[in-house]
Amino acid sequence: MPKLCVRGVLAASAAYLMCGAVLAQDVTGAGASFPAPIYAKWADSYHKATGARINYQSVGSGAGVKQISAKTVDFGATDAPLSDEQLAKDGLIQFPTVIGGVVPVVNIKGMAPGQLKLTGAVLGDIYLGKITKWNDAAITALNPGLSLPDAAIAPVTRADGSGTSFLFTNYLSKTNPDWKAKVGEGTAVKWPTGVGGKGNEGVSAFVQRLPNAIGYVEYAYAKQNKMSHVLLQNKAGSFVGPDDDTFKAAAAGADWSKSFHQVLTDQAGKDSWPITGATFILMHKVQDKPATGTAALKFFDWAYAQGDKTAAELDYVPLPATVKELARKLWADNLEDAAGKPLGAN
Amino acid sequence: MAAALPAEPCDAPAAMERSIPQGHPPQRRRPAPWADRLFALLAHGAAWLTLLLLAGIIVSLLFGAAPAIQHFGLQFLWSSEWDPVQQKFGGLVMIYGTLMTSFIALLIAVPVSFGIALFLTELSPGWLKRPLGIAIELLAAVPSIVYGMWGLLVFGPILATWVQAPLQAAFGNVPLLGSLFSGPPVGIGILCAGIILGVMIIPFIAAVMRDVFEVTPPMLKESAYALGSTTWEVVSKVVLPYTKTGVIGGIMLGLGRALGETMAVTFVIGNFNQLDSLSLFQAANSITSALANEFAEAGAGLHQASLIYLGLVLFFITFVVLALSKLLLLRLKRSEGTRS
Repeated sequence: MPKLCVRGVLAASAAYLMCGAVLAQDVTGAGASFPAPIYAKWADSYHKATGARINYQSVGSGAGVKQISAKTVDFGATDAPLSDEQLAKDGLIQFPTVIGGVVPVVNIKGMAPGQLKLTGAVLGDIYLGKITKWNDAAITALNPGLSLPDAAIAPVTRADGSGTSFLFTNYLSKTNPDWKAKVGEGTAVKWPTGVGGKGNEGVSAFVQRLPNAIGYVEYAYAKQNKMSHVLLQNKAGSFVGPDDDTFKAAAAGADWSKSFHQVLTDQAGKDSWPITGATFILMHKVQDKPATGTAALKFFDWAYAQGDKTAAELDYVPLPATVKELARKLWADNLEDAAGKPLGAN
Repeated sequence: MAAALPAEPCDAPAAMERSIPQGHPPQRRRPAPWADRLFALLAHGAAWLTLLLLAGIIVSLLFGAAPAIQHFGLQFLWSSEWDPVQQKFGGLVMIYGTLMTSFIALLIAVPVSFGIALFLTELSPGWLKRPLGIAIELLAAVPSIVYGMWGLLVFGPILATWVQAPLQAAFGNVPLLGSLFSGPPVGIGILCAGIILGVMIIPFIAAVMRDVFEVTPPMLKESAYALGSTTWEVVSKVVLPYTKTGVIGGIMLGLGRALGETMAVTFVIGNFNQLDSLSLFQAANSITSALANEFAEAGAGLHQASLIYLGLVLFFITFVVLALSKLLLLRLKRSEGTRS
């Protein structure tokens, strides 16, 4: 009996090892959770179309950066773009895949989506705890004719570190000097006030449950749950609502040609939604396993060419064609195998 | 022999079988010479593995936390600053949250579990014992995230409207009590987390208590009843002293679980890294919740090291709790010796 057991275990592990050898050609990526649904969907369609397998682990942007730096995965994914210096230091390149936005949502009795108007400065003051009532003069001045309750504002934040928080705090830092000085930007910050929910679902549960609450969630999440979003004033001074067009306008306003390190918050242009951001893929410049690197590039090339419809279905905004071309150029110019031979996408 | 004890008929066939000679005795099994040694080796190995794992965990925690320990030192333990942007970290909020929620949990769970165990062993009618016992054990099998969701979506609002708001209305202006109940009555915070944890550890403590209450020799209990003791007197003077080791063990098991619980706490504690007041309604954070929330996104460096430092602190707290319970038991035993 013990002999049998041992033999069984050996056989099982041998089978496992053999599986591992077969799977070695597959591409593995890890990182941001925000684009995980679209990457999974793309990978599924890609597998059906070509038979190649892409495994994506949604572990968080920070972990994605760690894993690609340690070379445990073939590509990493992050919502907060790395600076060009950091990329150079780790020998990485980054390129965007899709665009999404962060939407402030409120729970005020009788308030329809898109009724309440706010500016970045006011939003910052609410989250700083300086504006504590909905009928504060700063808010009523933006919303003449709207009846706002004499009730305390309950701000809700993201408790877990996330790209959503990064975009939100980045936007507040750009529009509210006091926020920049006291809190700053990051995937996790020292929130001066409020309760923290875990994930988009945690934040939305709090906002929907707490009367007079305000929170921020990803656009897709707000849309699918029909939450009461606000209109924000963008850099050009006009009040806009979150939708595909305003996200696209924000993405088009950025100058991608010099660097992909673009945080799309507070972009110029009268139609741009001010809290927009792209999500990024990280790859090593020098590919130790050129076959896998090529397979990964083929996948992203396919996603750029074929994936826009799927992205739109899941409420992500596809990249402008010009940006895609820039990314393809980046691959051709920068990626190479260990011998220094360029790695073509085709 | 069989004839001498007719009261035990089930023994009779065996005894008879033995008394009738049935040819040669079975051959003595020859154990393989290496089998005993192998078994001893495996058993030793299993025991050592535990110690090795423990040492490994401590070493890796120390190693991972080293940058934070060097940078903040012991001040980490009483600084309430937690600012990932400025890279300033202190664990007081999380340590306070962990201890306070566990304390509230014990405050609720110990009396309730005692009542459950008492009912099951002394008062319950026979037909109810089994189903009730199984129901309580099933409670222990509910995944903690279910408790968390329930706490957030169902229990939190109830707590806010029916407990917190009336408490604030009643005690809001009383000096000391008022500060305990200050803050927005949103239903989530230290009190909510403590109550949810209490519910979660009740089955553990109750199951252990019931089991140890059941091993009290019936003779002792019957004697006490025969002397005219009430049920309460029997439990407090006979059952509890007889089973105190087990009871304290059960409570410690529950406390250990409360200290380490992550998912349910994350949902209901509010995840707020600042200590503004000692209010029970205040959103706060616990060590495990901070780890669960921030670890994935924490960049390498001080943030990550500080989180591991927090893990080390939790390890230490658990160790102290265990050591204290052992000490308590030792003292109880000693005082027992002097009394008799």
